[in-house]
Amino acid sequence: MKTEEGRTTAVDEPVLPPPVRGKISPRKLRRARQRKAIARFWAQFRTSKMGMAGLIILIFFSVMAISSIFADKGRLDPTITTNGPILAPPSLQYPLGTDDYGISVLSLVVEGSRISLFIGLVATVISMLLGSGIGIWSGYKAGIQDTSLMFVTDAFLVLPWLALAIVLAAIFGQNVWVIIAIIGFTSWAGTARLVRAQVLSVKERTYIERSRALGASDWHVVSRHVLPNVMPVIFANTILTIAIAILSESALSFLGLGNPLQVTWGTIIEKAFRAGALTLGAWWWLLAPSACIVLVVLAFTMVGFAFDDIVNPRIRER
Amino acid sequence: MGSQRFLVNRLIRLVFTLWFVLTLSFFLFRVMPGDPVTKFLRQAGAKYTPEQIEALKHQFGLDQPIFPEQYVKYMKDTATLNLGYSTFVYPGESVSSIFWERMGKSVILITTSTVASIIIGVLMGIYGGWRRGGKVDTASMGSSLVLYAMPEFVLGIIFLLIFTQWLGWFPASGYESIPQVHTGFNRLVDIMGHMFLPWLTLTLAYMGEFYLLMRSSLLDVLGEDYITLARAKGVREKYVLRRHAVRNALLPTVTLIALSFGFILGGVITVELVFSYPGVGLLSYQALQAQDFPVLQATFLFSAIGVLLANLIADLCYGYLDPRVRTT
Repeated sequence: MKTEEGRTTAVDEPVLPPPVRGKISPRKLRRARQRKAIARFWAQFRTSKMGMAGLIILIFFSVMAISSIFADKGRLDPTITTNGPILAPPSLQYPLGTDDYGISVLSLVVEGSRISLFIGLVATVISMLLGSGIGIWSGYKAGIQDTSLMFVTDAFLVLPWLALAIVLAAIFGQNVWVIIAIIGFTSWAGTARLVRAQVLSVKERTYIERSRALGASDWHVVSRHVLPNVMPVIFANTILTIAIAILSESALSFLGLGNPLQVTWGTIIEKAFRAGALTLGAWWWLLAPSACIVLVVLAFTMVGFAFDDIVNPRIRER
Repeated sequence: MGSQRFLVNRLIRLVFTLWFVLTLSFFLFRVMPGDPVTKFLRQAGAKYTPEQIEALKHQFGLDQPIFPEQYVKYMKDTATLNLGYSTFVYPGESVSSIFWERMGKSVILITTSTVASIIIGVLMGIYGGWRRGGKVDTASMGSSLVLYAMPEFVLGIIFLLIFTQWLGWFPASGYESIPQVHTGFNRLVDIMGHMFLPWLTLTLAYMGEFYLLMRSSLLDVLGEDYITLARAKGVREKYVLRRHAVRNALLPTVTLIALSFGFILGGVITVELVFSYPGVGLLSYQALQAQDFPVLQATFLFSAIGVLLANLIADLCYGYLDPRVRTT
């Protein structure tokens, strides 16, 4: 990203009509333009060591999560499985040791990867839909709607989220969907602020005025002009939000708000901590899921930073 | 007179947000499925006749309409710090007196660790941004990212494993030795020994974040034209940094630090649980486990108020750093 090219915004760069084979139609043109934009983006992303390192870690954990779907669930059930040694330290047979039922911590961690990632992703989708929806609405509408929406947003920004989450979990019960909803509904405010700022600057551009003069409806302006322009910002922010959502999930599970029957990295740590893994010296039981959380969050953060550098190219390089 | 207007402006916003938090908490605890009296009695395992339930409901004002009677009563009670009575954690004790006892311990822990992490993180961020790509920067960049990615409780668990379990340097839990055997100065040392690991955990956990914020903000500023101009004028590098770059770079950092206070309080809850540190965080965990709603409501309110106050302080700092906002 040290080249001159890297400093131009992916959004604002004048786009020449890309070559299109056969008959030219608006859709073909758009497709070709999108393909070109993605190719250019990838070329920039590939130069970021940090982003690529993060991407590789993410691919590793995605494979792990997908493979867990096909794994033999019997190994996690202490009533079915023929148990291994109890609290065995890491060995060749049990690379990450075993827990207090003699279940391999490796199998637990693999199983946990699926639900931890699932919660992180779905919660982020909720947070993004809410945040960008409110941000676009507020930035586009202006006036009293903007003021009141931003008032609520600011209040949500400063709310102590975990205290609120505890209250919500105590009221609505403890399961995966409640956790997803809690994370989604407490993490959208930052996105809303960011998107609103972007919309405010996009809104003033002349092509939007032109579009309106031609009789475009609000919906058309927002969906065809505003949204594509704020999309890169939303996208970079999404990746950073996934990292925060996974961290949030682990904290909520550690406080015992998760479903005790479902394995996530957070619940493994919670169970180990409660079972006294510290005093038993069973460090592998605590550290294996912890390392997974740190690696995945780190990877999402690194990819997010790399994205951010491409989308908001200022002089800095992180 | 501008600065007064700025302050008044902020105070008005603070009051509005406070009202929002109070109202949110009021309605949250009232959309709860089931009515609180029967729920409480079932939980307590007591048998009551319908008349007694009615009497209890009347006593707590729960037979009145939610709006405006219950709402007004709630606002009045909260304003006079009459927060009701704990149901299960400390049955029968008034919530405010429980808080009175616990709050000081949390406030000391949070303020000292937050101030330390801000100072260290920001100073390191300045150095890292100034000497970008240097050895110190690369090393602290890597460790900051890892610290940022690490949940606070995981850091706490690692410290417990190393310093308590393997090295045995620090006590594992609590606020002081029980039974309380020390007095005077020795007691202070004892308390500090107990507090050190949670303090270190919280300080390190947020240092990385502040480092990243300050560094990237400084890098933004260092690319500005007025920095080039200052250098072209022949201003010495030391003064370019001190007078032109850092002061401007601090502004966005202050804003972002203010936004992270809500997260810091979240971290405190898990860290207090890891170290069994008897503060408000541990109290909210206990209240959650016991489904003690009056205590839960109070922990939510108090942490929200704490975050709001911290934000007010951040606003004051901002006003001090940036003369422009005082006039708007």
